[in-house]
Amino acid sequence: MSVNKDKVLIEVQGLQKAFGSNQVLDGITTDICQGEVVVVVGPSGSGKSTFLRSLNLLEVPTGGKILFEGTDITDPKVDINRHRQKIGMVFQRFNLFPHKTVKENIMLAPVTLKLMTKEEASAKADELLERVGLPDKADTYPEMLSGGQMQRIAIARALAMNPDVMLFDEPTSALDPEMVGEVLELMKELAQSGMTMVVVTHEMGFAREVGTRVLFIDDGKIQEENTPEEFFGNPKNPRLKDFLSKVL
Amino acid sequence: MILADITQDLYLNFIKEDRYLWLLDGLKTTLLITFFAAILGIILGFIVAIIRSTHDKSGHFKILNAVCRVYLTVIRGTPTMIQLLIMNFVIFGSVSLDKVIVGSLAFGINSGAYVAEIVRSGIMSIDPGQTEAGRSLGLNFTQTMKLIIMPQAFKNVLPALVNEFIVLLKETSIIGYIGMMDLTKGAMLIQSRTYNAFLPLIAAALIYLALVMFLTFLMNKIERRLRTNERK
Repeated sequence: MSVNKDKVLIEVQGLQKAFGSNQVLDGITTDICQGEVVVVVGPSGSGKSTFLRSLNLLEVPTGGKILFEGTDITDPKVDINRHRQKIGMVFQRFNLFPHKTVKENIMLAPVTLKLMTKEEASAKADELLERVGLPDKADTYPEMLSGGQMQRIAIARALAMNPDVMLFDEPTSALDPEMVGEVLELMKELAQSGMTMVVVTHEMGFAREVGTRVLFIDDGKIQEENTPEEFFGNPKNPRLKDFLSKVL
Repeated sequence: MILADITQDLYLNFIKEDRYLWLLDGLKTTLLITFFAAILGIILGFIVAIIRSTHDKSGHFKILNAVCRVYLTVIRGTPTMIQLLIMNFVIFGSVSLDKVIVGSLAFGINSGAYVAEIVRSGIMSIDPGQTEAGRSLGLNFTQTMKLIIMPQAFKNVLPALVNEFIVLLKETSIIGYIGMMDLTKGAMLIQSRTYNAFLPLIAAALIYLALVMFLTFLMNKIERRLRTNERK
């Protein structure tokens, strides 16, 4: 679970994103190394979700570069689908496929992309369902599950691709309070297993406990980044101080 | 006495000269045209719907989208009858082509416009998060469409689609205008021989009704099967 500073997975260089005249990201530069758990916090509308969604090009940047494992994925000539296979993503609203059973949700991508045979994917799905603590839900449809269960399945679905990095876009924001814990617990286990993670969240406890580095984004810029201890114990940026005073 | 009259009428309208065959032959034409037109309509409709909704969401396919919009405007803005007549007397006016093909083309192109808008509304009704989930897993656009969006969209629009095919089936009754004998024309032919409007027209109406009821029955069955993933 140690951070490997020599192995940069994602290199973000001067990332820009504008929607029309609205400059949401205004030059973000940072490296995400193997084994890191980077937690991104910031006020709503600060661009933190856009930043995360740019990392797998769900949002196409309007400037700057993103190097994933050495390849500039903002280059239109790059086959983005191949790189996305290695970048797992978990959404605020789960986005499970409602017309597929839980197990089919997990098996769909690896089988369709011919990365696994049906049998291999099925075994992998069983293993993942065990890991997220829902082995008895294999044949149910997502609609029958609680929010917390859906999010754990969504995590399993992303893990089925054996990603090198996992992106979490406010994974607990749509959950009832009593279900937040089970999802955070799973994410913590994932971090401890050595998974590289980038997490946009409002859960400051998670940032403090599990994060290896915390980014504060506001106005489309990284205003401050530091280890959780320094970040929460000794914030320097006045906006961060203001932000922390409101959320802590 | 009355019973004898009715028997006599039935004999005149359906049995004599094997006149019931006019209805049956007509029915065959009606079904054939409806079938081919529906297939063409589905193909055209899905293609147009995918182009239009992709354009609306991502801005791709600018030129194709413009072509589609012209197609929709023209087809939905003019009567089916006129389209059929133009197809027969203008476009294929100087070529002798099997009328089944002419009719299927006219009705298929017409139906495609309506299917397109139905399917497009289905695609647009699916949460964009579904596309994002599919794409984030590394599926390409076509795989995402085929495996994730279309199955859900299809379920949502099935009743509207079946309704469109019911309309199509009944609308083929104007095909007599280009000289084809369909179910309606068959009934009119009997009427012209027997001077009796009631029996042949009622017979044709009952056959249409039975067909529509059968389609509705089929749809209900499919719908029930598609709903297995919903809370009971």
